[in-house]
Amino acid sequence: MAEAVESPGDPGTTTPRPLFAGLSDISISQDIPVEGEITIPVRSRIREFDSSTLNESVQNTIMRDLKAVGKKFMHVLYPRKSNTLLRDWDLWGPLILCVTLALMLQRGSVDSEKDGGPQFAEVFVIVWFGAVTITLNSKLLGGNISFFQSLCVLGYCILPLTMALLVCRLVLLAEPGPINFMVRLFVVIIMFAWSIVASTAFLADSQPPNRKALAVYPVFLFYFVISWMILTFTPQ
Amino acid sequence: MAAPDELAFHEFEEAANLLAQTPNETTTRSDQLSPKGHVAVAMDSGASYGAEDEVEENDKTVLLQEEKQQPGFWTFGYYQSFFDVDTSQVLDRIKGSLLPRPGHNFVRHHLRNRPDLYGPFWICATLAFVLAITGNLTLVLAQRRDPSIHYSPQFHKVTVASVTIYCYTWLVPLALWGFLRWRKGVRERMGVYTFLETVCVYGYSLFVFIPTVVLWLIPVPWLQWLFGALALALSAAGLVFTLWPVVREDTRLAAGVLLSVVVLLHALLAMGCKFYFFQPLPPEPMASPHQATSQPAATGLPPTLPRSVAA
Repeated sequence: MAEAVESPGDPGTTTPRPLFAGLSDISISQDIPVEGEITIPVRSRIREFDSSTLNESVQNTIMRDLKAVGKKFMHVLYPRKSNTLLRDWDLWGPLILCVTLALMLQRGSVDSEKDGGPQFAEVFVIVWFGAVTITLNSKLLGGNISFFQSLCVLGYCILPLTMALLVCRLVLLAEPGPINFMVRLFVVIIMFAWSIVASTAFLADSQPPNRKALAVYPVFLFYFVISWMILTFTPQ
Repeated sequence: MAAPDELAFHEFEEAANLLAQTPNETTTRSDQLSPKGHVAVAMDSGASYGAEDEVEENDKTVLLQEEKQQPGFWTFGYYQSFFDVDTSQVLDRIKGSLLPRPGHNFVRHHLRNRPDLYGPFWICATLAFVLAITGNLTLVLAQRRDPSIHYSPQFHKVTVASVTIYCYTWLVPLALWGFLRWRKGVRERMGVYTFLETVCVYGYSLFVFIPTVVLWLIPVPWLQWLFGALALALSAAGLVFTLWPVVREDTRLAAGVLLSVVVLLHALLAMGCKFYFFQPLPPEPMASPHQATSQPAATGLPPTLPRSVAA
C-alpha cells in the first residue's frame, strides 16, 4: 500500500509494478465470480457433518456416543497424562456408572426403614452432590478447571470401584467367612487406590502447586466413602 | 560516608539523617524491630500487650481493606476469598488447635484475622463420615462376639451424624457471635470476633475428635472414657483460651456463664456422639466347655442387646 501511494510521483523510474494497480478497473459483479459456495474447506466439512447427523440412523448416533464413552473408560483404566477426559467431557459415563452403582447397592424393600444399606436415592445423592462439592472446592481454591470437566473426571473415575462392586457381588455368592472378607477387602483397596491415582492424574495439574493436597483430600474422602459402601454391602 | 544530599529519596529525610550520622545504625534498628515484634506476639496476655496488638491489627486490617475491593456476596470471588489458604497454613491451624496454650489466642496467632472456610467444612465432613463408619465397625465387632446380633450397614447414621455436626459448627457460633455482639453493645471495651472467625475456631477445635473417634474402636470402656475426656479437655481448652481475651472485659457473671455454656455444649456433643454411635459391646462368649453351666446366666444379657443396637 505504501508503494501504491508513493509511485504516482515517479513516472520515469523503473519502479516495479505497484500492488493493486488495476484494481479500480475491475467491476466486482462482472469480473470476479461470486456465485457458488465460498467456503473454507474445514468449515464446509463441519457443516456437512452437522447436517448429516440429523439424517443418520439412530444406531450410528448411539454407537458414536458409546464409543466416546468407551474410549474414556479406557483412559481411566490406563491413566496416562492425557487431556481426553478434559477436552471432550461428557456426563454419560458418570450417569451410567452412578445408576449401576446405586442399583446394585440399594437394599431390598423387605428390610425395615432404619437398618440396611443405602437407598437408591442416597447413593445417587452422595455421588452427585459429592462430585459437585469437590468441584466447587477445587474452583474456590483457585483451580482452573471448568465445572463440568471436573464432574466428568470424578464420575469416570468411579469405574474401578464399580468393577470392585461386581467382583464383590460374585465373591459373595460363595460361602461367607474370613477368606471371603479378605478377598473383598483386597479387591476394594486395590480399586480405591486405582481410582485415586486415575483422578489425581487428571485433576492435579489444574491446581496451584501449594494447594494440591487441599484439593486432593476431598477426592480421597469421596472415594473412601464409596469404597466403604461397597465393602459393607451385604445382599439380603 | 554518603552525605545526606547524595541520597536520592528526599522524602525520607529522617532516614537520611540517621544514615549520615551513624551508617551502621539502620541495620541494627531493623534487627531490633523484628525480635521486638516476635516478643510482642509470644508474651503472655497482659493489658498493654492486648492494646498494642489491637492497634497493630486495626492498622493492618484497615490497610488491607483499602487495598482490595470487597466483591459483592453474589459473586464467586466473594466466596473465593474464604478459601485463600495454602496447605501449610491449614496444617498449621490444625496443629494450633490440637495444642492449645494459655497465651496463644487461636484467632490472633493462627488465623491472623484471615479465617477460612475450608478447614471447618472438611473437618466436619470427615468427622461425620468417620463417626458413621466407626459406629458401623463397632457393630461388626459386636456381631463377631455375639452372632445373634443382626448386622446391617445402618446408612441412616451418616445422615444423623452429618446433620448434627454441621448444625453444631454453624448454629452455635452464630449464637455465640450474636451474644458477643450484644454484649459489645452493652460494654464498649469488649473485643469482638467476626462470624467467620468464630466458625473457624469451632471447626478447627473439632479436629481432635477425629482420631479420638477412631480410637473409640478399642473395646475397653475405661480407655474410651479416658480418650473422650482427653479430647474434650483439649478441645474445650482451645475454645476457652480463644474466648477469654474477648470475654475478660465483661462482668464476671456474664463471662463465667458464657464460658461454662460453651464447654457444656461441647461436652454434650461429645457424649451424645459416644452414646448414639457406640453401643457397649456384649460380654465375651464363654469359650471353654466346662463353663457350659454358667452359660444360662450369661445369656440373660445378650437378648436385650439386639433391641438396643437396632434402635
